[in-house]
Amino acid sequence: MEMNIVLYIALGFIGLALILGILRFIKGPTAADRVVALDTMSVIVTATLALLAYIFQRYIYVDVSLVYAILGFIGVIVLARYLEKAL
Amino acid sequence: MQSKGLTISKFVYSWLLMFAVWYGFTTSTALPELITGVIVSLVVTLITAKAAQCCGLDILLPHRIFYMVKYIFVFIIALLKANFDIARRVLSPSLPINPGIVEFETKLNSDFAKMILANSITLTPGTITVDLVGNKYFIHWVDVKTEDSEEARQEIAGDFEKILLKIFN
Amino acid sequence: MEILKYIGSFFVLLGSIFLFLGALGIYRMPDVYNRLQAGTKSSTLGAMSMLLGIGFLQPDWMVKMIVIIIFIAVSNPLSSHALARGAYRAGLSLFQKEKIDAYEKDYKDMEDKEL
Repeated sequence: MEMNIVLYIALGFIGLALILGILRFIKGPTAADRVVALDTMSVIVTATLALLAYIFQRYIYVDVSLVYAILGFIGVIVLARYLEKAL
Repeated sequence: MQSKGLTISKFVYSWLLMFAVWYGFTTSTALPELITGVIVSLVVTLITAKAAQCCGLDILLPHRIFYMVKYIFVFIIALLKANFDIARRVLSPSLPINPGIVEFETKLNSDFAKMILANSITLTPGTITVDLVGNKYFIHWVDVKTEDSEEARQEIAGDFEKILLKIFN
Repeated sequence: MEILKYIGSFFVLLGSIFLFLGALGIYRMPDVYNRLQAGTKSSTLGAMSMLLGIGFLQPDWMVKMIVIIIFIAVSNPLSSHALARGAYRAGLSLFQKEKIDAYEKDYKDMEDKEL
């Protein structure tokens, strides 16, 4: 299977983005900063899973991506409610 | 109290919406899947009937569909502008920001329309919704231009609010 | 279909650049609200654009991609809204050059009512 060079470049950008997200996750002075980093990273991973599904030609990974999007959203909402001291 | 016709119209609209979601998840036109979808979406609609009703079937009238399409275009243009704006701020070495929280009042009266406006504000240039109390929006603005609530409404929500008023009233 | 491949690759590349800018935003911005600003907008458009690009590269998957795009467009602003309110109620102060905070007074009133 011939691979598109553009997709490699895109994967490079995604890798850099995840590294920056993890740096903020480690550094983040407060819990809220860490949750923000987690939120952004979960969206990045959702898009990346769909891209990997195309690269490996596996349709089932698209479903994984959808489920990851839903679980990431619920997780961030729960953490936000916790920060709000409403939980 | 609502009239009986309105209740039925809301119910049918929720059912159609749930079935559309089912079709999106399965993306299959096989007959057994479609029949299961109709039954499952009916059950979900019955369970959520009290809570999850935003609008009746009259939301599907042609002029409202036209304004919805217009809204989506306005929204996508605002989203693109927001991203170039954020890219400019992030990439410039001095970080040109002047953040603050401003407030304004909206004329919308349906809860669903207020939620859509809040979500749109979050994705448009330099603003996120912090809280919504009654009719008052509290907006975190990355580059505060005005503290006056009427001017802030024009600046932040002007276009969206006009179109939403046409859809929901 | 060669042309669809080019369009799809373009959208995927654009999406990855926006995702990178969003992550750079959460790294560089000074406080949690500004990080949310950068993170939410860029990651929403980036993910939407990348999924649309994959839909063009593989037209059979388009319906599913549009479902994920709609889900991200609805859920991402909601979670950032919840986070901004949670951060404010957790007592995180704003990074400010001059003091502009219309929420402070109403928030105090609400807290008094609840207690």
